[in-house]
Amino acid sequence: MANPLKGEVIRLYKTLLYLGREYPKGAAYFRGRLKCAFMKHKDETDPEKIRQLVARGDHVIKELEALYFLRKYRAMKKRYYEPEN
Amino acid sequence: MSGRVLVGVKRVIDYAVKIRVKPDNSGVVTDGVKHSMNPFCEIAVEEAVKLKEKKLIKEVVAVSCGPQQSQETIRTALAMGADRGIHVEVSGKDYETLGPLQVSKILAALAKKEDAQLIILGKQAIDDDCNQTGQMTAALLDWPQGTFASEVSMDGAQVKVVREIDGGLETIKINTPAVLTADLRLNTPRYATLPNIMKAKKKKIANVKPADLGVDLTSRLEVLRVDEPPQRQAGMKVETVEDLVEKLRDTGMV
Repeated sequence: MANPLKGEVIRLYKTLLYLGREYPKGAAYFRGRLKCAFMKHKDETDPEKIRQLVARGDHVIKELEALYFLRKYRAMKKRYYEPEN
Repeated sequence: MSGRVLVGVKRVIDYAVKIRVKPDNSGVVTDGVKHSMNPFCEIAVEEAVKLKEKKLIKEVVAVSCGPQQSQETIRTALAMGADRGIHVEVSGKDYETLGPLQVSKILAALAKKEDAQLIILGKQAIDDDCNQTGQMTAALLDWPQGTFASEVSMDGAQVKVVREIDGGLETIKINTPAVLTADLRLNTPRYATLPNIMKAKKKKIANVKPADLGVDLTSRLEVLRVDEPPQRQAGMKVETVEDLVEKLRDTGMV
């Protein structure tokens, strides 16, 4: 793997692993799927392809953060506020 | 004005955990259960950090009262952008009876000591649902309060607060120093990312004892019993509309 990109990939993996702790289906489930997803592309050498995959990973990070926020927001709204109908 | 904001954060059982009552009905099971920052406190921290980013205030100080583990909650606040933390150490029996009255006495003493311009708290904690700490703190300090805030803007030495009330929204203008409590729609709290958590390790958390602040922690409340809510009765299935009407008549609803 090209050297600067190696840091990027490791950063991505660490961040996703950290976010996975709160995953609704369980941290272990998330970790398993995360490892599979990364292992699938472990022999990729084209830096352009790697950059695309990292960008996809960053997108997943944003989706996870949105998922966690919405879950919490909806739970709080349901518990503390009257239904608006 | 010092430009300092005190934000109170509470360590509570995580909102997604299924709560279980202890077999002796003395309380709720907390050992080994996932804890995190109270969701309304997250919104309070986010608002304080936003004010700092807009350069309307200078320093955000995160405060938490509790045992050693409360430091984790302060670290989360630091990772979200608070500048430093104050951990008021309360453990054992004192922690079990710690309630809004004691916490508001602590916050009032700290506000005077730190010369705070604003105190921002969550409107209530999801474990005790008291919704009292903000109001009591304001009363002890004789400061104005903007509670259930869904929008906050600063106008010189005054704060404009849009409050969520039963009839809709109420806009008030109050002088600083003041106490604000955050409601759900005030903002969207940022997620504490790994690099920020690493940076937060360098920020200082001061350790303080309630006795140092001259606060008496004796509680005037005693918890007698904790029970689970009644189990929902299973519903009944009926075959036809006539059956349904008959059942409704039987139970006196029609």
